[in-house]
Amino acid sequence: MNHYETVFILNPVLSDVQVKETVKKFDDYLVSKGAEMIHKEDWGLKKLAYTIQKKKTGFYHLFEYKVEGEAISPFELEFRRDDSIMRYLTVRLDKHAVDWAEKRKARDKATKN
Amino acid sequence: MSSIEQQAKGGNKGDIRYLTPLDIDTKQKVKYCRFKKNGIKYIDYKDADFLMYLVNEQGKILPRRLTGTSLKFQRKVSQAIKRARHLALMPYVGDMLK
Repeated sequence: MNHYETVFILNPVLSDVQVKETVKKFDDYLVSKGAEMIHKEDWGLKKLAYTIQKKKTGFYHLFEYKVEGEAISPFELEFRRDDSIMRYLTVRLDKHAVDWAEKRKARDKATKN
Repeated sequence: MSSIEQQAKGGNKGDIRYLTPLDIDTKQKVKYCRFKKNGIKYIDYKDADFLMYLVNEQGKILPRRLTGTSLKFQRKVSQAIKRARHLALMPYVGDMLK
């Protein structure tokens, strides 16, 4: 079970309901593949550094999960099929990255409350 | 530094004496790898504002001879910056920080 982290950008024209739907769709897809979801983040509407598909902003989402290696390529195929996704990036986390993610979550929790 | 005292005292005959002695510091500041020194192990591609330090005004990655980072971390930095660019967290080319 490797540790992965996926960040993807959703089209800004989507309504909130559609955004939740697509995020839920990918979440369920991962769970159906036997993934163990560790952390989910929603950075909301952010300004892009450059225009993608003539859009200047996008909804950013982050998934951190553990899954078998061969579940990744079909998962990315799902991203390619869904046209409301503008950009996605899946990264495998090594041990340094994992404890950096822990630190980051602790820091975000500290700043939040 | 002895040359400064000599200059101040007037040195030997026929020598050029400046009113204020010349103090050109030729010793170069020792560069260090900021990641090794602070014990940073992983460079996160998600926090773009930290990566902005390692990029020049046009958004190009700064070379090692300017930042002084070691080869191992320079590769991690360039990979993180390229990932941030892919996710539009950082521009490929831009005139920011001007």
